[in-house]
Amino acid sequence: MAGHQTYEEQKALVFKGLMLLGVITIVEVVIALTAKGHLIHGVKFTEGFGHYLYMLLMIGFSLYKAYFIIFFFMHMAYEVRGLALSVLLPTALLVWAIIAFFQEGNSWGNRRELIKEKNEERVKPAGQPQGYILSKDDFRNTL
Amino acid sequence: MADTSVAHAHESHHPEHQDDTNLWEGAKEPFKASYGKLMMWYFLLSDAFTFAGFLIAYGALRFSMPTWPEPDFVFASFPFVNAHWPLIFVTFMTFVLIFSSVTMVRAVQEGHRENRNGVVFWMLLTILGGATFLGSQAYEWTTLIVKENMTVSQNPFGRHIADGIYLNADGTEAKKEDGSPKTFHKGESYLLHKHEGSFDIPKVKYTTGAYAGQVRDASFGPKAFGALFFFITGFHGFHVFSGVLFLTIIMINAASGLYAARKNGYEMVEKMGLYWHFVDLVWVFVFLVFYLL
Repeated sequence: MAGHQTYEEQKALVFKGLMLLGVITIVEVVIALTAKGHLIHGVKFTEGFGHYLYMLLMIGFSLYKAYFIIFFFMHMAYEVRGLALSVLLPTALLVWAIIAFFQEGNSWGNRRELIKEKNEERVKPAGQPQGYILSKDDFRNTL
Repeated sequence: MADTSVAHAHESHHPEHQDDTNLWEGAKEPFKASYGKLMMWYFLLSDAFTFAGFLIAYGALRFSMPTWPEPDFVFASFPFVNAHWPLIFVTFMTFVLIFSSVTMVRAVQEGHRENRNGVVFWMLLTILGGATFLGSQAYEWTTLIVKENMTVSQNPFGRHIADGIYLNADGTEAKKEDGSPKTFHKGESYLLHKHEGSFDIPKVKYTTGAYAGQVRDASFGPKAFGALFFFITGFHGFHVFSGVLFLTIIMINAASGLYAARKNGYEMVEKMGLYWHFVDLVWVFVFLVFYLL
């Protein structure tokens, strides 16, 4: 690991990491509770632009925590470039996985609505023949 | 400090490590990392894909449902307190993992200085952190299963799809204790309670939306929520559990002087550290997906 760091510097990094991760987590939870309307009466971001902003913020904070853990707690920052790239680059595949599967999920959702609509659709009153079903006699007559 | 660089200098004087370098044909370690450390990184990469697959499945299923339980409503219990404290207990669990990650960094650092007592002390704290996390998760699961009746195939946490009013068993509109009508709004959360072994399912009359004017049963929440929650947090918890086991084994080895004899800066502790930080890393995303979004 970090051969170029002194022991004191290493210990300082640990303290910095603890503070950073702790403070970010507290900020995340405070923002989450505010956005969901638990902290300030009448303030709520559960829909529309505010909700998107909230989600982006949470994802951003989490990615930063992940970056800090990987690069400083797991010492990726001090490994040779090739090692870092061979571990980190493959995760870029997940970007497409996220786009594709969320798109797919949306499509399932739309279909669920469609199926529900179709299930509740009422057909024409009974007595009138539907579609192209031929009775046995009709079938014989056409032969 | 001088001993840091000495410990770090290299491990080639040890015969056991010599075997490792022979495995790495060419007499030069790829990426200047030992075989074990590099393979730990690639194992963690593959594990990251497994977790990513699960979390993306959660996202896809969540996107496909018209409603989804609100985390601040579902995860609001706290031990010994009969209160609704949204997200506070999982925040505590997050802090437990952060602390145990920090103590693990300290253990690795002491290992590089070849300080046996330091390694054992900080590893012991890490193990305690891991065990506390597992205990907290046991509490969380027990509350959900025993008290709130959520299982892998049943999810009593629902959300109203439109505005409306609760009805009494006889079909009249229900009233709150102060006499005002017991109405609800679109998106409001509810929990179906069990009464003498079977669920009490209230009747509701919607006033807006596609079912306006109709009387319907309040429905269960999406089943997938329970399955995904127990499966993903369970898989993470299993990682913590196996981490605690391996930490214990490695701590005992370290205490016995096994790694001191290897003179490679307690590399085994460093590899374990990578795994343990990864468990914390996964929790960052489990926390994001299940509790924050």
